[in-house]
Amino acid sequence: MQVSLFITCFNDTLFPNVGIATTHLLERLGQQVEFREAQTCCGQMHFNTGYQRDAIPLARHFLDVFGSAEIIVAPSASCVGMIRELYPKVAALTGDKAFIAAIDELIPRVYELSEFLVKVLDVTDVGAYYPHRVTYHPTCHSLRVLHVGDAPLRLLRAVKGIDLVELPHADECCGFGGTFAVKNADTSLAILSDKMHYVLDTGAEVVCSADTSCLLHIGGGLHRQRAGVATLHLAEILAQTEQEVI
Amino acid sequence: MATKTLPMFPQTAKIALADTQLRRNPSKPTTTIRTKRANAVAELPDWEALRAAGSAIKTKVMRNLDEYLLQLEAAVQHAGGHVHWARDAAEANTLLTTLVQATGADKVVKVKSMVTDEIHANDALAQAGIQAIETDLAELIIQLAHEKSSHILVPAIHKNRSEIRDLFLRTIARGQQLTDEPKQLAAAARTYLREQFLTAQVAISGANFAIAETGTICVLESEGNGRMCLTLPKTLITVMGIEKILPIFQDFEVFLQLLPRSSTGERMNPYTSLWTGVTPGDGPQEFHLILVDNGRTNVLASETGRQALHCIRCSACLNICPVYERTGGHAYSSVYPGPIGAILTPQLIGVEHAKSLPYASTLCGACYEVCPVKINIPEVLLHLRGEITAHASPLNPETLAMHQLAQTFATPQRYERAQKLAQRGQRLFMHNGVIDHLPGMLAGWTTARDLAPLPQQSFRDWWREHKAKEQA
Repeated sequence: MQVSLFITCFNDTLFPNVGIATTHLLERLGQQVEFREAQTCCGQMHFNTGYQRDAIPLARHFLDVFGSAEIIVAPSASCVGMIRELYPKVAALTGDKAFIAAIDELIPRVYELSEFLVKVLDVTDVGAYYPHRVTYHPTCHSLRVLHVGDAPLRLLRAVKGIDLVELPHADECCGFGGTFAVKNADTSLAILSDKMHYVLDTGAEVVCSADTSCLLHIGGGLHRQRAGVATLHLAEILAQTEQEVI
Repeated sequence: MATKTLPMFPQTAKIALADTQLRRNPSKPTTTIRTKRANAVAELPDWEALRAAGSAIKTKVMRNLDEYLLQLEAAVQHAGGHVHWARDAAEANTLLTTLVQATGADKVVKVKSMVTDEIHANDALAQAGIQAIETDLAELIIQLAHEKSSHILVPAIHKNRSEIRDLFLRTIARGQQLTDEPKQLAAAARTYLREQFLTAQVAISGANFAIAETGTICVLESEGNGRMCLTLPKTLITVMGIEKILPIFQDFEVFLQLLPRSSTGERMNPYTSLWTGVTPGDGPQEFHLILVDNGRTNVLASETGRQALHCIRCSACLNICPVYERTGGHAYSSVYPGPIGAILTPQLIGVEHAKSLPYASTLCGACYEVCPVKINIPEVLLHLRGEITAHASPLNPETLAMHQLAQTFATPQRYERAQKLAQRGQRLFMHNGVIDHLPGMLAGWTTARDLAPLPQQSFRDWWREHKAKEQA
């Protein structure tokens, strides 16, 4: 299958390693990976902050770039959530029937990474090796927008050598919320403070998640506290093998 | 009456977050109720079908509200009740005080009612020389403390029992021996309330549901105080928001399952009172129904926003909300706190008066998942955020920054230039290899979070270096 990688602007700029890991992982699983260099940003921040019309050119650009792709995979639940849940609303704002139809036609071809692995490729054991104590934070958008269920956990459970510990109150929000984290910084931090406390309780070396945006927030708090817990995207764990450390 | 602009949520939340007692009080009970609800819901194999039915019935009601209201009016009148219409809070309060004054009473007992809080009925009654006594235990507590409700279902959730003991000793239990044991506190309140029930001539209630077909009004409660108010006094006045209608009696089948399980996590609430007009020789002999709009028809006019009127005030969204759990209800500065308040209040009073409320959410979606009538709260929050930015000044720094970013992201050339600029420019904010102090609008990020510097090689740089050639 020809997989077109939607890296997301966030990963491209802040977490390039997630893209590298995703590429290695998909190739290891026999997929042909392409990266369309014209891609930019899905417009989620604009739409969710209330600047909905500003998301129109970004959605149009996304369609121009990926319209002809066979399958589009992104290592981000929230950006895929933006496309699947909110692009129809963005398209509706324009009243442009052709655009609306093109978006509807595009959406079924866009997958979040764990969805793609478990639902499309039907694999849970990706041959990964990661001998560390890890706890998994299921992000709100993966759980309640994409409904990926336990797909990421099934992938992690199959990783050789991993010591996967359950995160207490895992399905509760970490407090990131996009621009919420700066607009309501105090409340965001109050929520984060509980999340960090649960993470520390697990004794894990690594917090793993399917969204680097939440990890930027959780990891930023842990780093400020010098807690000595690392954050890694799911792809970064699944890409490691006994032969290859990414 | 001029609408008051609410204080900004980030500021009120800051105060609430600093209150250690408050931080401990709301989170414990909300966690308990949340678990109880989850268990009560998990028991029902057809829960999702019930939610869908609840949502469908409410959608039908909103679509035909004008007809259902007239049907309800006729049914109530036919059963011997009187129906009054109030456009806003002022009209509702005038009606209410006039009706009470006509009985000659200077004291009324009240069953917990959100809409009377919304219109500040107690203050209006007090100005007319009428004492309104709240009879729901938690409502009584906050009334005695001269405070405001912080939760739809458990209004005194922000107070603990030792605070309540002190309050009772200062007010209704002066000179009595009282410990902070819940049993003793309840007994003290009961002694006080019994006397009020037995002497009151007039009761005021809200309504959970009103059946258009039959004119039947329904109130659900847990303490029996409602039953006392609804049966003992000679005159009963029910104040109800116009959206509380259900079309037919059979709709109770759906809603009497949805509400208690979502609200208190019980299969059935202890007291469900239903009455239709007046029955000679049994219960109140005079019944008035005041139908209140107070902004609801404005909400109804919004295609996306009107689902907020489907709310049955169960408070499941408050109990699950990560924001509410930390800030408590007072930070919302509104009778309706939590996620439902964040979408209902701005629509009732106008978004320009509650600009910060639609942003008081992480969009985590937990509220939508538990809502018994499937109100898509995140969808309405986004819709309202859109309304707010549409009315913002084009010179507002955030608006300017967002437009600029959208233009930057719209072409790969501009996007890459900005990426390179950020990689170089970040040095200004770096100390010891991390960004720990951001300026302006982003300052909130670094108050307690570090930011790792942007890697010098973006993913696209890596791709060009390693893959593009390989694939060429």
